[in-house]
Amino acid sequence: MRLPCPICGARDHREFYYQGAAVMLDRPEPDAGSDVWDEYLHLRPNVPGAHDELWSHDAGCGAWLRVTRNTVTHEVIGAVLASEVSR
Amino acid sequence: MGELIARTPLDGFEPLTIGDVTLSEVDMGVLTSVAPYKGQTKAIAAALQDAHGMAWPAPGRATGKAEARAIWFGRDMALLAGPVPDPSLAQHAALTDQSDAWTCLHLSGAGAEAILARLVPVDLRGSVFKRGHTVRSLVQHMNGSITRTGPQTFLIMVFRSMARTLVHDVQRAMESVASRG
Ligand SMILES: [Zn+2]
Repeated sequence: MRLPCPICGARDHREFYYQGAAVMLDRPEPDAGSDVWDEYLHLRPNVPGAHDELWSHDAGCGAWLRVTRNTVTHEVIGAVLASEVSR
Repeated sequence: MGELIARTPLDGFEPLTIGDVTLSEVDMGVLTSVAPYKGQTKAIAAALQDAHGMAWPAPGRATGKAEARAIWFGRDMALLAGPVPDPSLAQHAALTDQSDAWTCLHLSGAGAEAILARLVPVDLRGSVFKRGHTVRSLVQHMNGSITRTGPQTFLIMVFRSMARTLVHDVQRAMESVASRG
């Protein structure tokens, strides 16, 4: 599998560290309530299909990426810098 | 206080030639990581040009010459290799002395590309990776920096603590390529 780093170009997955679902980019407000925080921390829908994930280009440029990947076909659909994801 | 003697990471390592390729340690001089502050990339580019006469390297590029290079070293970072950084750079970027932190090797010869193909998961052939191109990638299992400094010469850098492992891995690849004739 190769991931398209916006800075470095397509790179082998060995260069990357996988963090998990990109939902971590949508951190709730501190006073959002326990239900919202419970969902943010623990609940993942695990939908088959296009899935946003966080990967660190650890052995490359060092940037965090939001990679969109199809969990059924394993097609890598795209990647953007996590810092440029609007919230 | 005793007399302190600076030692390079591979102090005493004699150039190693196998087949048509030579591996040798290179003294890069002062190494400084230059990480521009937010919104200061244009300013640091101008300061680097004024003070050291070289362009700020775009991702995947190295500028300058043998005695003084600026090597792209990751997101929003360059490595100034050679000169002591001019104080003016500190207005626009965080400067960190890394002189003793890196093992620096030259791999030179016609077979260098074939050797690196066994170690680095990036296409480093001359048709796509030309002189002045650089990557941050893996050398076997080590994070490193690889720069083409000549038609058949590459600069390989890994952390100092991995100096002997780097030589071991490169030497094995050199032997492997040479044995194929
Ligand atoms: Zn990258």
